[in-house]
Amino acid sequence: MAPQSPPKATLEHSQSASGSATADGFQEEHHYRSGPLRWLLTTNHKEIGSLYLIFSLAMFMIGGAMALVIRLELFQPGLQMIQPEFFNQMTTMHGLIMVFGAVMPGFVGLANWMIPLQIGAPDMALPRLNNFSFWLLPIAFTLLLSTLLMPGGGPNFGWTFYAPLSTTYAPPSTTFFIFALHMAGISSILGAINIIATILNLRAPGMRLMDMTLFVWTWLITAFLLIAVMPVLAGVITMMLLDINFGTSFFNAAGGGDPVLFQHLFWFFGHPEVYIMILPAFGIVSVIIPTFARKRLFGYASMVYATAAIAILSFLVWAHHMFAVGLPLVAELFFMYTTLLIAVPTGVKVFNWITTLFRGEITFETPMLFALAFVVLFTIGGFSGLMLAIAPADFQYHDTYFVVAHFHYVLVPGAVFSIMAAVYYWLPKWTGHYPDERLGRWHFWLSVIGVNLLFFPMHFAGLAGMPRRIPDYALQFADFNMASSIGGFLFGFSQLLFIWVVVKCVRGGVKAPANAWDGATDLEWTVPSPAPLHTFETPPDLRDFKFH
Amino acid sequence: MTPVQRTVTKTLFALMMMVGFTIALVPLYDVFCNITGLNGKSASQPRAIVSGEIDESRYVTVQFITRTGSGLPWRLTALDRQVRVHPGQAYEVRFAFVNHGKTASRGRAVPSVSPSEASLHLRKITCFCFQEQRLEAGERLELPLMFQLARDLPENVHSVTLAYTLYPAADDQLSSSVIALTQGGGA
Repeated sequence: MAPQSPPKATLEHSQSASGSATADGFQEEHHYRSGPLRWLLTTNHKEIGSLYLIFSLAMFMIGGAMALVIRLELFQPGLQMIQPEFFNQMTTMHGLIMVFGAVMPGFVGLANWMIPLQIGAPDMALPRLNNFSFWLLPIAFTLLLSTLLMPGGGPNFGWTFYAPLSTTYAPPSTTFFIFALHMAGISSILGAINIIATILNLRAPGMRLMDMTLFVWTWLITAFLLIAVMPVLAGVITMMLLDINFGTSFFNAAGGGDPVLFQHLFWFFGHPEVYIMILPAFGIVSVIIPTFARKRLFGYASMVYATAAIAILSFLVWAHHMFAVGLPLVAELFFMYTTLLIAVPTGVKVFNWITTLFRGEITFETPMLFALAFVVLFTIGGFSGLMLAIAPADFQYHDTYFVVAHFHYVLVPGAVFSIMAAVYYWLPKWTGHYPDERLGRWHFWLSVIGVNLLFFPMHFAGLAGMPRRIPDYALQFADFNMASSIGGFLFGFSQLLFIWVVVKCVRGGVKAPANAWDGATDLEWTVPSPAPLHTFETPPDLRDFKFH
Repeated sequence: MTPVQRTVTKTLFALMMMVGFTIALVPLYDVFCNITGLNGKSASQPRAIVSGEIDESRYVTVQFITRTGSGLPWRLTALDRQVRVHPGQAYEVRFAFVNHGKTASRGRAVPSVSPSEASLHLRKITCFCFQEQRLEAGERLELPLMFQLARDLPENVHSVTLAYTLYPAADDQLSSSVIALTQGGGA
């Protein structure tokens, strides 16, 4: 469909739009800095948001290239392209870069851009800290990537870096890996503090917590999760550092330590971490679906409570990653039931999205296509998660490609598709132009076909017993792997189309009005497109604003 | 204080609490393992024999498994691989340490009991695992393990496996005292 013309809603709130137009003039006089230092020193939430998103896209392409190296080697059985040592570095770095470099900064970038616009704030609460938390990331990931060139190679112990594989048997570069992860963690913590301070203090007058969009809500809860678990990650990698360099024995059985302790600590961080990567996605989808269904979100309050319930439950399920480690029966049962319990609030969410669509006036623009694909494909990932949650069955699935299929379904057509949906949805606000709808659709369909061809056969390979993290495999898995590899290359190369759409949209295209999507009612659509550098310098008065 | 500063202070406080919690998790894990007997942690502390009747009506199979960790040219052998015992009775089994290396070295056998519900009921009076051993090149050493399965061993436990893994111990006095200290939680 062609982009919609600006609806009446825009005109109703034109007073806040004109308020920001004067703000625009203000920044021309005082704040504009030219030259290369502009991006290094910027404290503007929109510029920092763009930096985060560009960084995330760069990491997505690097991590994706590593995934293609993996898929190339697995195209056929036998060792053709690379050696097992390098293969292990590729699987490890692919995971680390996608989790800490692509998905998390992608969501933080969206938060930076959109949270102030959605709550009517002039900027983030701590703009200079914001600049610092971004610039930690390029340094951290340059250091992490440089370990690939060091003697002994980069990290090769899997993204979960289980001790003692990551301590006693690790390459010498592991200390740099720890340092890089510390920096990425500090960046996340500072970002989370900033987001909490912004949401709790800078909402425009008249906006209560229960008036906020779901995107802001999910990010508020995610920020609390970050505050709670990033210190655990920092602690566990510090213990690794001490074990490697200072002769302690936290995870070394010879000195009285316990390798299983590592797994408990890691997954106490790691399970909330996977919700850190999906809760903002829930928020994005909960904003996009009502827009294109032209209905209010069904069950707003239940969405908020479900998000909070998922966040709380995420602290009680960590040992479901460790069913095969030798837990007592009571613990297996406890973690099995708490994990199954998470399906309840998640089911509430899926139910609400579908009910929002019910009898809606749905149109299928690119952001909506990605959001709908999210609902369907994330749910598939959720169901395979339920299968894995059943402790006796998990002994069969553990460490097979079934697990790989599961978490890629929730992370790629889950988290990554939601970021793409968000980019297509908000590009008109960011650039003032609509993204090319025809190319966007090509990108969507190639991605959705590629992603399913890539990950669906992995379920079967895993059920047939193919282990994770192996560069070579038994002949009976050859067909599944060839299909996966073809899907992988299709998905990987269609992302070049995504970059092309974004670049094209930045350079020009159909002009977007302030309210770019018919049916969009949130606050960001009341400011002009492209959003001027400074918006809401005078807070909008929202006492008569119709929320959701 | 502005509202933003107040929020940031509270968040930093929560952050510090979580840092403290993370540090506390390590000793808490040891305490938890000691109370529940998980991970065989309690198997490295000497405990007195519980006197009383021997349950002649019941047999439990006790198996011994030995493994050598990397970096130590030793071999540990259980001279009795498997014994059938009555709960309540004390038994002695013997283990042989051999140093196949060309130099003297120090090692330590770390025990683990499976299933974990049995570990609290397995009482050791003497065990070579309570301290490090030092063997000259080529030396062979036989050491006893004296244990008792307490009578309150759960009914559903019919066999107990006691695994020993040999690890190298650092060769200077300082590090062995450090190891003794870290073992303090469990020993």
